[in-house]
Amino acid sequence: MSASTPTRERAKGGKTRLSDRSRSEQHLGWKLAMPAFVVMVLVTGYPILQAVWNSFFAYRLTDPENRRFVGLNNYLVSFTDQVFWSAMWMTILVTVITVIVELVLGFIIALVMHRIVIPRKTLRTLVLIPYSIITVVSGFTWLFAFQTGTGFVNQWIQWMPGIDANYNWFGGFWSSLFVISLSEIWKTTPFMSLLLLAGLAQVDSSMEEAAKVDGASWWQVLIKVILPSMKAAVMVALLFRTLDAFRIFDNIFIMTGGANDTSSLSMLIYRQTIDRTEIGLGSALSVILFLCVLIIAAVFVKAFKVDLAEGRG
Amino acid sequence: METRRRGRVALAAAATTAVALGLSACGGGSSASGGTQLTWWINPDGGGSDPEGGGQAQLAKECTDKSEGAYTIDFQLLPNSASDQRQQLLRRLASSDTGVDLMSIDPVFVAEFAEAGFLAKVPEDRTSDFTDGVVPPAVTNARWDDQLYAAPFWANTQLLWYRESVAEEAGLDMDKPVTWDQLIEAAEKMDTEIGVQASRYEGYMVWINALIEGTGEQIVQNPGASGEDLKFGLDTDGGRKAAAVIQKLADANVGGPALGSTNETTSLEMFQNERAHFMLNWPYVYAALKDAEVKWIDDLAWTRYPQTVEGKESRPPLGGIEMGVNAASDNKEAAWDAVECITSAESQKTYMLGTGNPAARTEVYDDPEIREAFPMAEQIRSSLADSGPRPLTQYYGDVSSGIQRVYSPPGSVDPETTPERAESLLHAVLKGDALL
Repeated sequence: MSASTPTRERAKGGKTRLSDRSRSEQHLGWKLAMPAFVVMVLVTGYPILQAVWNSFFAYRLTDPENRRFVGLNNYLVSFTDQVFWSAMWMTILVTVITVIVELVLGFIIALVMHRIVIPRKTLRTLVLIPYSIITVVSGFTWLFAFQTGTGFVNQWIQWMPGIDANYNWFGGFWSSLFVISLSEIWKTTPFMSLLLLAGLAQVDSSMEEAAKVDGASWWQVLIKVILPSMKAAVMVALLFRTLDAFRIFDNIFIMTGGANDTSSLSMLIYRQTIDRTEIGLGSALSVILFLCVLIIAAVFVKAFKVDLAEGRG
Repeated sequence: METRRRGRVALAAAATTAVALGLSACGGGSSASGGTQLTWWINPDGGGSDPEGGGQAQLAKECTDKSEGAYTIDFQLLPNSASDQRQQLLRRLASSDTGVDLMSIDPVFVAEFAEAGFLAKVPEDRTSDFTDGVVPPAVTNARWDDQLYAAPFWANTQLLWYRESVAEEAGLDMDKPVTWDQLIEAAEKMDTEIGVQASRYEGYMVWINALIEGTGEQIVQNPGASGEDLKFGLDTDGGRKAAAVIQKLADANVGGPALGSTNETTSLEMFQNERAHFMLNWPYVYAALKDAEVKWIDDLAWTRYPQTVEGKESRPPLGGIEMGVNAASDNKEAAWDAVECITSAESQKTYMLGTGNPAARTEVYDDPEIREAFPMAEQIRSSLADSGPRPLTQYYGDVSSGIQRVYSPPGSVDPETTPERAESLLHAVLKGDALL
């Protein structure tokens, strides 16, 4: 909208001034939005502010009378504890591994689904099945599959000639991380592929055809035409999955309970707040997680804006 | 008191924003028949929700019938694990939920609930009803600050289960007390395994506590002290000896390929599938092995928990369930009446026969039916009498989690460093200087 539209006038000093009509429309807009705005503040804003406030105190749910102000001590304890950094490392590792693998796998699935014409609806339904399963259920399924002694994965391995092992998948950090990541990837790759499929649908097929006519290989078409055209879809998919993966809880809770340094930040918050009922510490960790998520979101949103401004979104 | 209660409601809501809305559908009040309506929060047992299943659901029905309309006991099921049960109860009690009248509590949490003011004290005139003829360690666990806060319902203990032929071949004289060292050496000699609980969960704490108690030390040396003043018996000669047993078992590789992931069920599987010929486990395994129709049931034998130190009597683990009444309940009198019925010798016998969970009242073990169903009844009774309770402290959750963390995995336990690290961590955690 330019400054010359009838509803706006350029005031002295260059500021845009609204006409009486548009001002009244704006007021009406505010009035209509106010109930939703108030609900949002109450539902979202209040718990956040309460968590920030709680984070400055030390107290337990079982001993609320001994609540005392400790300033930033809960944050200091968190940042100086090796357990916090171990949880942060686990969270980042899971996020990076799962999002990258899901992006690659999701893109391959999306490409296949995009090309297949006849049973596309059936295929989409099938692909979505893992995503529709409750995480707790899928977590237990993977746990049982890799369980030492009774899990079928070890039995498969033992069927291989010359191998007589009953590997303890949940006995160490890296093997636990492997199974946890596998479960995450299995569950959320369909979501990623559907988001990317929507992006593929927006690619201008005439550009693909033109590139092919000009002699571009399949790989060149993919890298030079398709991927740049669906950059916005990729960014949206990455944003959603990164934020989601950063809050990983269910699979870790079910499979390892945080043993062998596999606690994530969310697990750590759960342990302090629910297990130990240490409200102050748990709140401080919640605020830290909230800030991390905020930063990730801000980075992606900034990347989005640049993209759109350059007209490539 | 009202301010305190109101404050707790607010705190509970703030602490559990996501879960505090899980409101109880049941409240106290009168039943349709005119009697008092009670809600009993039960932990899952073999009887499930079946009023004829032999479990707590059956006792709820039987006691309702016996009350002749004075009260009706409805029940709600708690989650499976003790820590999840604690969390659910804690949330409700902290918000003064009157939808909880009586509850089945793991003994280790009585101190925490009582200290927080969530449990009603047992009325003076009922104290002897709940404690006379009950195994003393179960009563100890029901007390806090010199007051009785709960009534022992059933009491559990672990026995050493073994294959008679294997023990004989290994040269173990099971008529005399065996030590952990002898057991480990026998398992090595016979190329078999010992089923223990060493996964990072409460079962591992049970083992560690029993090992330390067996040396004459206690994990918490001054029960009742505030968090910052708690003294621990881990970095002591006894504590180091207990750690040495775990180290020896792990080094000898006789705990199975996944020692750090073993729990009661995996231990039983190891024993049932003849991978392990020795096992430390609760009495329920007897019924489980009979139900599984193992071919070697005639070779099955049991004896007292092994000694940590040769010549020093072992202190077998103590478990079970205590019955508590919510301090915020509107029906406390009726609730205590119901507890009296639930914890009677008759009810405990029904429960033991129905679920395999041992009675807390000693007279039950003299019953012919019990003797027939549980050939090891006398061993259970004597083990219960000598059992060593887990630490009595309002910070039990922190103490248990901290120890589990430092002692996991069992292969990393070093008697020279692990007990010291555990004590340091516990001190820091209880001062609020460390996460857990």
